[in-house]
Amino acid sequence: MVRPYLMTGGRTRPVTDGLRFETLVFAKPAALHAPLKYESRRIVELCQAPRSMAEIAGTLGIPLGVAQVLVADLMTGNIVTIQEATEVTVAMLERILDRVRAL
Amino acid sequence: MYAPYDQAPPLITTVKIVISGGFGVGKTTLIGSISEIEPLVTEAAMTEAALGVDDVFAVDKTMTTVALDFGRITVDDSIILYLFGTPGQDRFMFLWDELVEGALGAVVLVDTRRIQDCYPAVDYFEERGIPFLLAVNHFDGGLRYDVAEVREALDVGFGVPVIECDARHRSSVKQVVARLVQEVLSVRMAAAR
Repeated sequence: MVRPYLMTGGRTRPVTDGLRFETLVFAKPAALHAPLKYESRRIVELCQAPRSMAEIAGTLGIPLGVAQVLVADLMTGNIVTIQEATEVTVAMLERILDRVRAL
Repeated sequence: MYAPYDQAPPLITTVKIVISGGFGVGKTTLIGSISEIEPLVTEAAMTEAALGVDDVFAVDKTMTTVALDFGRITVDDSIILYLFGTPGQDRFMFLWDELVEGALGAVVLVDTRRIQDCYPAVDYFEERGIPFLLAVNHFDGGLRYDVAEVREALDVGFGVPVIECDARHRSSVKQVVARLVQEVLSVRMAAAR
């Protein structure tokens, strides 16, 4: 068993706030060449397609708080970027409704 | 050095719906019925707010976590809908604020055998003015109360839809989610008038 604080170097707070459950994280293919430790490398691999913080934590089997610390570090290193929340318009709601009905 | 972002990432809007209700009411089942990914479980660490709630948690705060489950529906290449289940037990309600912040709306699942279990969820969404609907989940053995009786028992206004569903079936869950989105749309339209 690996204790969570070993992954984060003993830190419990991310260097950046605003990483919510649904915040999307992206990593470019070039980021795959960065010399990263195990969990951070997996985050970069996973986020070749946009993934939410919740998916990252769930897929890697790490607590959300640990994922927040790791992603914040990757952001600082310019290795990943995040998508800030945008407003949901009426047109978007209509598209969501159509899609859900068509499922 | 690693190439920094030389182009903006694609603009994707994430939309969040919260699935709530009492412990064991079928939230995880509902999410699993409609999610395009296997429902994932993540753990959220206890925060300061939880201290003192329960002596057990005070023993080792950093190791105490609560499981949250969620699913995903890709609407198109620019919208992703996430479904988040709220932790069932009341003692985890401190987590709700973070989960619910920015949510489009909520589904409160009701088990008619334990109708009172959904009171905290109904109160929570009513107090915050978050659009929600009540979905009465069918369990084997059938409903003991019809929709009108559930509405009366919970004393929710006529603005709050009360519908029946079966959390195990995709077609039924689809209707629940669609109804909620419709509800949010009509709230927006009314506000715009």
